[in-house]
Amino acid sequence: MLSALGRRSLAFVSGIGDYALFTGRSFRAIPQARRPARRILRALYEQGAVCLPVILIVGLFTGLVLGLQGYHVLSRFGSEGLLGSLVSLSLVREMAPVLAALMLVGQAGSALAAELGMQRNTEQIVALETMGVGSHGYLVSPRILASLVSFPLQASLFTVVGLWGGALSGSLLLGVDSGLYWSAVDRSVGAVDIRECLVKSLIFGLISISICAYQGFHAGRSRTATGARAVSAATTRAVVLSSISILVADYVVSSFYV
Amino acid sequence: MSEAPGGDVPLITVRGLVKSFDGRAVLDGVDFSVPRGALVTVLGPSGTGKSVFLKCLAGILKPDSGELAFEGRPLSGERCPVREEFRKRCSFLFQGNALLDSLTALENVSLPLEQTTFLSPAEIRARSLEALRQLEMEDFRDQHPSRLSGGMQKRLALARAIVTRPEIVLFDEPTAGLDPLRRNAVFSMIVKYQRHLGFTALVVTHDVAEALVASDRVALLEGGRIRFEGTPDGFRQSPDPVLTAFRDSSHSLAEEIASIRTPQTSLA
Repeated sequence: MLSALGRRSLAFVSGIGDYALFTGRSFRAIPQARRPARRILRALYEQGAVCLPVILIVGLFTGLVLGLQGYHVLSRFGSEGLLGSLVSLSLVREMAPVLAALMLVGQAGSALAAELGMQRNTEQIVALETMGVGSHGYLVSPRILASLVSFPLQASLFTVVGLWGGALSGSLLLGVDSGLYWSAVDRSVGAVDIRECLVKSLIFGLISISICAYQGFHAGRSRTATGARAVSAATTRAVVLSSISILVADYVVSSFYV
Repeated sequence: MSEAPGGDVPLITVRGLVKSFDGRAVLDGVDFSVPRGALVTVLGPSGTGKSVFLKCLAGILKPDSGELAFEGRPLSGERCPVREEFRKRCSFLFQGNALLDSLTALENVSLPLEQTTFLSPAEIRARSLEALRQLEMEDFRDQHPSRLSGGMQKRLALARAIVTRPEIVLFDEPTAGLDPLRRNAVFSMIVKYQRHLGFTALVVTHDVAEALVASDRVALLEGGRIRFEGTPDGFRQSPDPVLTAFRDSSHSLAEEIASIRTPQTSLA
């Protein structure tokens, strides 16, 4: 049992080291990438425009629920006027960066892992390498670069739509004065909160897209799963590990800002 | 490394190549050479390690032991300058074509030029269109690979392989899964462009008849070693029983089928 535990621990540590090397290689490949603009634009489209409906819908309903729940909690203490503060701070500091990142992992991250997994299984990645095309610079670096733009942008959009959702349920449906709601939002959210939101989004984007790329890139490495099963296993691992990492990173970053 | 008769150093030389998977030696001391400008075919039954041999040569797989040489210079290690030179002068045609499915036919062909040369976009486009025209694929330049038939994908993969004007092209089972007519078409296409463009071609396949007609030299890989290496005529005339069995496989099948008796069933 002890040896099994040791083997698992070693595999875990070596996996983390391998992932760190992979991410480092992808960053090092950025300046060597040839004509990357089109691939970065494609990655921005995949992580941006394609995911936009999900971000808007989830953002709106998160705001609606926050407004509803927040109103009933605050009304117990006669503090309905603070609804704008509750919704805005919850969204900006926590819910927007985390939920937007989780939605992006579910849509763009899983698609990335599946695409790279298929490319690994059909020898497209090996073909790139035999042609002398750096597979990290060609396939991974543009996606990581795009995530540094798309994740903060999507989190910002999530916040804006969420604030409108909060206003909809709080003011329109539950009768909180609209001016009171928006002035509370304006008073509560400071530059430090917006910075926390953007920093978290940047970190979540980097972590999740690199994990998804790593899993897809190495699909089929395990001898127990090959072909389509390897791609599905890699996609599942990519989503699960990215989501866990986002929540762990959220705690770590939050502890610096509290 | 030894020299070929006549004093010319072979383009590729392999000595004692060993490669094992899970303790099973797939290649067990392969000795082989490829002369410059020739079309050489490595034959062998399925699962004898022909593709493994080609991938060791291309640097995709790392051999356990043995020597590989390019123009007499050792090809060892990933960062070896000879390996880098070999990579630049060599193209690999994968069994499954390995075309990038997110790119169009023209983009697939342009890819190696775009990513590994400093040519202008206009020049890259002109050379890519020229390669597509040579393979009669110009009309399909805006199609994605998934929209093309198996034969067209093979031609597109060959266009991508020749666009960099390589000196060596390695073909991994180029006719796998194709019907006899398409097999002939692919082999004649390889011969046509090999003669037209003058590259050295190394083909691994199990299609004996086509290989014997098309190749300058043939080799038989069996039991992890090269059992025969020589001219197609030498292969045809060899009394070696393994070669004979491989060569006459269609006759043996006919005999085997003729000897199967249909069981008598009674409908009482």
